[in-house]
Amino acid sequence: MKTENAKEASLRTLMIAGLGGDGAAYRALLSELSGHLRAYYRGRLVRAGRGMEETEDLVQEALMAVHTRRHTYDPTQLLTPWVYAIARYKLIDHLRQNQSTVTNVPIEDASEIIAADSAQAMESNLDLNKLLAKLPDKVRLAIQYVKIEGLSVVEAAARCGISESATKMNVHRGLKQLSSVISQEKAK
Amino acid sequence: MKTEQLIDLLSTNLEPVNTHKVVRSLWIATVAGLVLASLTCIVTLGMRPDLNNPGVLRFLFVKVGFAAVVSILGWRLLLKHTRPGGENHSQIFLAGLPFVALLALAAVNLILVPASDWSHLVMGERLLQCLLSIPIMAVMPFAVIVWAVRNAAPTNLLRTGALAGLVAGGIGAMAYALHCPNDSLPFVAFWYGGTIVLCTLAGAAFGPRLLRW
Repeated sequence: MKTENAKEASLRTLMIAGLGGDGAAYRALLSELSGHLRAYYRGRLVRAGRGMEETEDLVQEALMAVHTRRHTYDPTQLLTPWVYAIARYKLIDHLRQNQSTVTNVPIEDASEIIAADSAQAMESNLDLNKLLAKLPDKVRLAIQYVKIEGLSVVEAAARCGISESATKMNVHRGLKQLSSVISQEKAK
Repeated sequence: MKTEQLIDLLSTNLEPVNTHKVVRSLWIATVAGLVLASLTCIVTLGMRPDLNNPGVLRFLFVKVGFAAVVSILGWRLLLKHTRPGGENHSQIFLAGLPFVALLALAAVNLILVPASDWSHLVMGERLLQCLLSIPIMAVMPFAVIVWAVRNAAPTNLLRTGALAGLVAGGIGAMAYALHCPNDSLPFVAFWYGGTIVLCTLAGAAFGPRLLRW
């Protein structure tokens, strides 16, 4: 319990820094979460009689959900239950989409999500370039410049010939669309 | 795609976010829903003409007050449900309290009058108009509230949908009260209560489809 409390405190600090725009803290948070999500999904997929190769797709879908919904985290509350609820929601959604007979995922203690950790990442079946190709040109370019090539918003705005706020908006919209494209892609 | 690659993408040029956005957009949507519903009532049915009568005005406050209490309790629960895991520490039964309380008052009211008055007190006049108007006036508030909730992240869609329906039903009832010609507690308890419950059930039915993310 003590290690879980310490874990919660450190993840929460990273999350709050990330919400304030600290990219390094946020990267550390997502890396840690990906290990926990991987261990969680592996166990639950096996229990539901599904293949382990679906794990990494789900990990990525959940990370995407954490990112696009990060504004729904209330910084006065614990982080672990919030992450657990998202992870479980995406698991149930995944099982339903795949017509799994086991869609009844019991509610466990939220600390289950940080109880185990797995660094054995595989590649997911998702292809980033193919996913991006499904987005409208202007949001795809915004993501390409700002999130992949790492150009500043000012530079990206100049290249696209639009304002900085429009660029930020396109990145924001693009990530939301990417998130739903990932969910749809997985269903196939 | 490697997960590393996705993490790089997500954390590059990270923008700060406002965590008050969830509360703010639900608040704006609810107020907008109330304004839209009230305007719908005033334009299509019109305000009740005899509101200058103090007794009529007082009962208007009873009707609006009941619907407002239902909406406010529902709204607080709905707000909790819009965040992942919020359903785990919410006391959803609280939403039923105003209904039970008003039914009790209505029962007392019926006991105190002769049985021959019951039918008038319960059925009122233009009952059908009430039964149709409240759900119809709840449609627009429901739509704007669902829009706001979709930008959050509910993880129990059935309950969240039900609560959105409840709040919208309460708003519909507040709006219809501006026109409603009936001034009896049993009428409000049965038909306002009943139509709001209907809106709640409709919300629960649509929730999983409308709110999925």
